[in-house]
Amino acid sequence: MFKEMHDLFQWAWLIPALPFLSFLLIAFVTKRSKGLSSTVSILAILSSLGMAIAIAYSVIRAGAEIVEHPAIVTVNWLNIGGLTIDFGTIIDPLSAMMLFVVTLVASMVQIYSLGYMHGDKGWSRYYAYQSLFASAMLGMVLATNLLQLFIFWELVGLCSYLLIGFWYFKVSAREAAKKAFMTTRVGDFGLLLGMLFLYSKFGTLDFVALSAAMSTSLQDIAVVGTAGYITVMAFLVFMGPVGKSGQFPLHVWLPDAMEGPTPVSALIHAATMVVAGVYLVARMYFLFDFASPEALQFIAGLGAFTAIFAASIAVVQNDIKRILAYSTLSQLGYMMFALGVGSFSGSMFHLMTHAFFKALMFLGAGSVILALHHKQNIWDMGGLWKKMPITGWTFFIGILAISGMPPFAGFFSKDEILANALQNGHPIIYAVGLFTAFLTAFYMCRLFFVVFMGPEKPENHPHESPWSMTIPLIILAFFSVVGGWVALPGHYNFAFFVHYGELHHVAIDWFLAGISVIAGLLGIGLAYAIYVKNVISAESIVARFPGVYKLLKNGYYVDDLYLWIIHHIMGGMGKILYWFDINIVDGIVNGIALTTRGSGKLLRRTSTGQVQMYAMVFFFAVVVIFMVFAFGEGQLSALNPLATLGGVK
Amino acid sequence: MSALPTVSSLSMLLPFTLLAPLVAMLLIVFLPKEETKTIKLVAAMGMFVSLALSIYAFFAYNIEQGGMQFTLTIPWIPDLGVNLALGVDGLSLPMLLLTNLIGFSSIYASWNMDKRVKEYFILLLILIAGVMGTFIARDLFIFFLFYEIVVIPIYIMVIIWGSSKRVTKEYAGMKLTIYLLIGSAFLLVGMIALYLAAAAGGNPTFMFEELAARQDLYSPAFQKVAFALMIIGFGSLISMFPFHSWSPDGYAGAPTAVSMIHAGVLKKIGGYGLIRLGIYVLPVGASFWAPYIATLAVISVLYAAFIALVQKDMKYVVGYSSVSHMGYVIIAIAALNPTAVTGAVAMMFAHGVMAALFFAMIGFIYEKTHTRNISELGGLAHQVPRLATGFVIAGMASLGLPGTVNFVAEFTIFIAAIKVLPVHTVLGIAGIIFTAVYILRIIANVMFGPRRSEWDHLTDIRGPELVPLVLLAFVIFLGGMFPNILMGLIDSGVNSSGLAEVLETVSQAKIGGLF
Repeated sequence: MFKEMHDLFQWAWLIPALPFLSFLLIAFVTKRSKGLSSTVSILAILSSLGMAIAIAYSVIRAGAEIVEHPAIVTVNWLNIGGLTIDFGTIIDPLSAMMLFVVTLVASMVQIYSLGYMHGDKGWSRYYAYQSLFASAMLGMVLATNLLQLFIFWELVGLCSYLLIGFWYFKVSAREAAKKAFMTTRVGDFGLLLGMLFLYSKFGTLDFVALSAAMSTSLQDIAVVGTAGYITVMAFLVFMGPVGKSGQFPLHVWLPDAMEGPTPVSALIHAATMVVAGVYLVARMYFLFDFASPEALQFIAGLGAFTAIFAASIAVVQNDIKRILAYSTLSQLGYMMFALGVGSFSGSMFHLMTHAFFKALMFLGAGSVILALHHKQNIWDMGGLWKKMPITGWTFFIGILAISGMPPFAGFFSKDEILANALQNGHPIIYAVGLFTAFLTAFYMCRLFFVVFMGPEKPENHPHESPWSMTIPLIILAFFSVVGGWVALPGHYNFAFFVHYGELHHVAIDWFLAGISVIAGLLGIGLAYAIYVKNVISAESIVARFPGVYKLLKNGYYVDDLYLWIIHHIMGGMGKILYWFDINIVDGIVNGIALTTRGSGKLLRRTSTGQVQMYAMVFFFAVVVIFMVFAFGEGQLSALNPLATLGGVK
Repeated sequence: MSALPTVSSLSMLLPFTLLAPLVAMLLIVFLPKEETKTIKLVAAMGMFVSLALSIYAFFAYNIEQGGMQFTLTIPWIPDLGVNLALGVDGLSLPMLLLTNLIGFSSIYASWNMDKRVKEYFILLLILIAGVMGTFIARDLFIFFLFYEIVVIPIYIMVIIWGSSKRVTKEYAGMKLTIYLLIGSAFLLVGMIALYLAAAAGGNPTFMFEELAARQDLYSPAFQKVAFALMIIGFGSLISMFPFHSWSPDGYAGAPTAVSMIHAGVLKKIGGYGLIRLGIYVLPVGASFWAPYIATLAVISVLYAAFIALVQKDMKYVVGYSSVSHMGYVIIAIAALNPTAVTGAVAMMFAHGVMAALFFAMIGFIYEKTHTRNISELGGLAHQVPRLATGFVIAGMASLGLPGTVNFVAEFTIFIAAIKVLPVHTVLGIAGIIFTAVYILRIIANVMFGPRRSEWDHLTDIRGPELVPLVLLAFVIFLGGMFPNILMGLIDSGVNSSGLAEVLETVSQAKIGGLF
């Protein structure tokens, strides 16, 4: 039976290859025909979805076998002396889960875009980029070694850049795209370094081989300081995820990335690309595990900090997409600290459920934005539930899911993470996570109540979006409800397939779950009291704490700090060095040239053109050679005068 | 040395490759100067033959066998030991292909040339043939001869067809020429010294292989001095700090085709020379200077990247960026490690293709808008989407995005150099961040942003103008996605030429072996 599956797994490369083919087709063949372009793209991603489902099904059927022995297929990519890199596909429960999530959300987003991008001039270009993104993302998920992962990692970054700046005529979109690229590049610098150090230490970048090499070299006492070395590499590698998954202090690009079309935000900046960092840490978990405990503690601390930091900013934002973006940052922090506290399967589980409900909410927000002709301020909206029932109901499901209400998907994943944090001895992280859960419920409900329940605005004439947009909403809403049920206690649940190290069967701790639900309900209740019942006035709270409000509103001024550094430090440095270059370095050269020209004028009577310069230089060279001969006897001793000049004996 | 030419089955391949542009040049000489269309077609035909032959050579080269292939040796001045010796191996064949790719593209990048067309194409073809000659020469004398040939057309072309911006074209032309000449003066001294030292071991010879084989004759002190001369000569050619200042001014003043060839291949003669003549023939000297060179290289990388951040003229950005990128090549050479040298050759190839594409695109923009000033441009993707595509591809290749051949080259350099020169390499890698900043800045400010009505009259590149974009972008992606095609060849060059062994020995004897 396993043999047949292996036949299927050998074809896994088709999952990224099909969207890539679609990209090429759109770019070179169908780009003039809008209908064909989108058809090709959607057909490709649906085929990939089909294959991903087949693979997920096979993985589930294979059970323990595949958990122990991932199915790996590789071909050589680069082979030169001292450097051999393979490309391949790895099928294990982790990648199977990611394949399913990515292809599902990508398919939904592409279908949704039929409605959302209707009439856009860049239609074919949009679908070409979408296909390229899907291809790169899926290639990354299937990567068998760190370099392959890095290559696709950068390519998804490129697609993100292109899609954020899709409406390149908008200055804000252009700047946001640039910012996203540069910020993630800072993280990638660390990742690249980490990769190079790993290679020079272990001579391989293959995940399986690296993991084996590390466990053996750690037992080898002769390799002194290996743990410290691995810790350094772990920190460097972690810089990549900090940039890609928007962890503090490289989070600044994600809110700005909302300048891209909303379906792009849903796909790339909520469900798939931004979780690449979390996925990388999970794939390389052995590295962090073998490193000294500080590495994982650092991840836990940074993740928890990002979670609460972003959530606090989300509370005061007014742009519907920016609220969702800060919420994404916060949830990414959740996944990250889950990894840090050792909740491997909890993190991956939350990655999956978050992909469903966050994509759902982004697409819901897109539906609202389209209905209101590109208004994004939540205070310009209101009373949309009646006008847009499907969008309203599905959005409501998303809200319940992210607020951790049972039996929606977010409840199970969030609860598992929080329970693990407490059980593994991280009470502070647990407390931060719990408070973040409260804040999350609060600001998400604030958004929902203002947009869907608040007073109707007479200037708006909203109507429900077309089927191409509502069907994806319904499908994603379905998964936001049932997505969490895969972790229900039982033998073959999510944790059985996706886990690291020893498998522990943990039942849901209903007491802790109850506390989380209460925190969520408190948040919902507070939002209800402020924004529906108006029992508490938001204005008076703002008036009471103007400084705090301003600080949060401006995202703790991190952006301003970076801008200042770029303008003053980097720009200033560039200007100083440029001045140095044209005045000092060049000045010396020009000085020499002037002297030469001056002496040249003395030597010659006629001055026509620069050929004399050539003669001068040539003459000079001949003189030097002549001197070499004149002063020396043999060929070697001939150079002695020169050797003395050169300061070497 | 036998008086008869040594004839292998394909020994005429390289002479024909070299002669094709020269035959085209001669045909143009006899064409009336009004026949501009015919002149351009003849030039393109000549380069096409040359390109086709070099592509054939690239794939016909036997990697298993390795070493110099398609060789032709004709004694020229037997008393001095000068041979008209041609041949290519894994180090020079990529450079030959690069020259032809860029040469062919540069003809099409000059398709709209309307000023003294005949003279322009005559000089351009001489220039291309001259550069090609340096890479296929197996004899130092011939190498130097071709190198000197190159100077003349460049000077004339900058003076006549160049453009005056920050500096006048006369200044730019003079600066380019003087740097090339001062560099070559140092080289000449080093070359003759080497020749004399080698002559002590038997017949006088200029052949690279022979010079390398007689390494035992060169004392460490001699090697140090000779290598110092080489590093000044080749270092100024490859624009190593502080000998780089010709590069941005020169490119800015030069016409598009000259910028393409100069940044694309001519500069690479410096790196190629350092490998073929520097570390191969004078390994002890190289290992003495390596730490200093590596330091200068890192300064090149970071210093030029910072300066590129604040440039106003697009050509200056790419000019400084090429100084910065060449820093990686020099770091790789200074690492004295076979894998790093493979990376260095790959980087020269990759940078050449990218820089040529960049300059071609900038050339078209300048031709259409008559400005290269970043602040006067903007939103060009609206009017000239194909041009914008080429510009973005060049930019992405420049910042070493995976999927482009540039990434493969940079990665190979980094992975090999970090073992030998960890501090230098880490500092150098930091350059990738600044590269991203200045590249994204020009892409954003030139191509994206609101539509500007003053550029509404622009027409997108089409027909022959598309050749540089299609050809060079294809090479960038092909090399990036299937790196073995290029890297396998270079790797065989490093190993089969004996360079790998030399480096092996020298890196083992590095400590205490010098004195």
